[in-house]
Amino acid sequence: MFLWVIRRDLLLAMRQRADVLTTLFFFVIVVSLFPLGVGPEINMLRAMAPGVVWVAALLASMLSLERMFFSDYLDGTLEQMLLSPEPLSLLVLGKALAHWLVTGVPLALIAPILGVQFDLSIDALLVLTASLLLGTPILSLIGAIGAALTLGLRGGGVLVSLLVLPLYIPVLIFGAGAVEASSVGLGASAHLSLLGAFLLLSLVFAPWAAAVALRISLE
Amino acid sequence: MAINWFKYSSPPSFYSLAGKMIPLFSITSIVLFALGLYIGFFVAPTDFQQSEAYRIIFIHVPAAWMSMFLYLIMAGWAAIGLAFNTRLSSMIATAIAPTGAMFTFLALWTGAFWGKPMWGTWWVWDARLTSELILLFLYIGFMALQAAIDDPRRADKAGAVIALVGVVNIPIIYFSVKWWNTLHQGATVSLTQSPKMATTMLTGMLIMSLACWMYSIAVILMRTRTIILERERNTMWVSDLQGAA
Amino acid sequence: MLKVTNLECVRGENSLFKDINFILEAGELLQVNGPNGSGKTSLLRILCGLAKPAYGEIQWRGNFIHSLDEEYHSVITYLGHLNGVKDNLTAIENLCISCALAGNEIDEKKAYGALQYMGLGGREALPVKVLSQGQRRRVTLARLLVCSTVLWILDEPLVALDNAAVDLVQRLLEQHLEEGGMVVMTTHQEINVTAVLTKRLQLV
Repeated sequence: MFLWVIRRDLLLAMRQRADVLTTLFFFVIVVSLFPLGVGPEINMLRAMAPGVVWVAALLASMLSLERMFFSDYLDGTLEQMLLSPEPLSLLVLGKALAHWLVTGVPLALIAPILGVQFDLSIDALLVLTASLLLGTPILSLIGAIGAALTLGLRGGGVLVSLLVLPLYIPVLIFGAGAVEASSVGLGASAHLSLLGAFLLLSLVFAPWAAAVALRISLE
Repeated sequence: MAINWFKYSSPPSFYSLAGKMIPLFSITSIVLFALGLYIGFFVAPTDFQQSEAYRIIFIHVPAAWMSMFLYLIMAGWAAIGLAFNTRLSSMIATAIAPTGAMFTFLALWTGAFWGKPMWGTWWVWDARLTSELILLFLYIGFMALQAAIDDPRRADKAGAVIALVGVVNIPIIYFSVKWWNTLHQGATVSLTQSPKMATTMLTGMLIMSLACWMYSIAVILMRTRTIILERERNTMWVSDLQGAA
Repeated sequence: MLKVTNLECVRGENSLFKDINFILEAGELLQVNGPNGSGKTSLLRILCGLAKPAYGEIQWRGNFIHSLDEEYHSVITYLGHLNGVKDNLTAIENLCISCALAGNEIDEKKAYGALQYMGLGGREALPVKVLSQGQRRRVTLARLLVCSTVLWILDEPLVALDNAAVDLVQRLLEQHLEEGGMVVMTTHQEINVTAVLTKRLQLV
């Protein structure tokens, strides 16, 4: 059942590849804009890189949140999911996971190429990818709550950013912090384990909160 | 004598009770504000390090306290409303949000005014300031979500979910920001290193925070009354009320 | 047995309906009639637990449905006025997935059979977006053929269907009722189903 949800969402994403690619290109463009805005001074760029890549990843993941429930809401599939004999939180977990697979994972994989533009070292690039792989599922999970709450509201897209971005702050701090720490030679394991702890926390609580939110929004 | 508290959980009886309590809280708050400001401006001694500028803490600190307390109280009422489906608790939560946001803004603003003469800058990415800013975002998110939903019952419940998610996250956010701050700032300016406070200063500050409490309660009661009237405008008791007026 | 007592539904500030009482036994059909906006869809959504009534209770075999929750979901099939099919998936994928989501995994052979019965033979592998409204409705209704639930809650199942398909659905309902199933449905059309008992509920 859980697997069916993931399989279905991935199948749908495959049929609408343009959506997935749009998110990815958004990420690439935002990251590429920063050097143009602040100048090509390489030391400054290197210092900025983790933060820039992470903020762009936050925005890209947030922009694609609407996709998580909205089309299912419009065509009535979400109603059917609410009536499923399986726990709704499990379904939400499946949808968040599928969202991560089609947004978070591609972002994490393309990030090293963007990091090269900012002259990051190999170690820093590896940590960047690792931190994105650990951090982006948290974004999908927390984002599920925001997407569920704003389902079908006017201005839902902007509203989601108001609700969700403040909650993303810890992920941003430790995700970007990990890369920074590794580039100054402190080692990133502390940051990464904290991200891992956040991930576990959000795996436990977020699907449940999003399920409550979905029931509220569909009543 | 036992008081039947549940009687006041119905909107009509709460409406009349609140109406009786508002003058009480308003007057207490005015008296306390007058007293607190008098102590703050005329009785409390001039600080030898910070001169007169420090006096802004008589507003700043109570406002910062209120901003945090009110968020917790708001989330508490919202949670009760969600769990027990009590309309009044959700209305109180909705009524608290603007006051809380106002105090958060006040704390940030007075903080900036204090920071300029003390630190030479309006804004410092200090852990407390940053957390306070994020708290303001959380308040705004709560209000924006409720404003976007037309159905009041859905607005109540959705607001409760986001308020509770916020409460769970506040410690995490505060801890992250604090940690981030110590990592980044070489010479940290810390609010905690302020010199030992004179007793009169402390008294003034406590009276001011009490005044803020009274003010908040009065304003929240007023706002709750307005929300009750708005939501129950088609009921018998509201038209009776209009007939009587 | 489905038992409904004193049900009231409030939308905004208006009471849509109140004091709805009925009992539905095995083999019975309840047809809900009423003009547009009388709360037919709201009633069905309340019956399947998607919405909460302002007042009143619904019991399934003696238990309140909100305490049964997911257990109750496994005995009902709800087809709303939204089709619940994905434009970008084929008919066969849609059927398999919607059954799986309802906790009823079926093999492809069974799914092909159901689509064939619904008159969609040869169109199983087409994406639903190229099908007509009536054909999409048939994809949705094909679920009734393969599900094993007792209580069917159907919101305007006959909309957009041609005469042949209406006949098919009527036979399907008859068969379900003969086997001891129950049906609650709304429709604007006259239906011709032989049931143990057809009850009517008029909403105003």
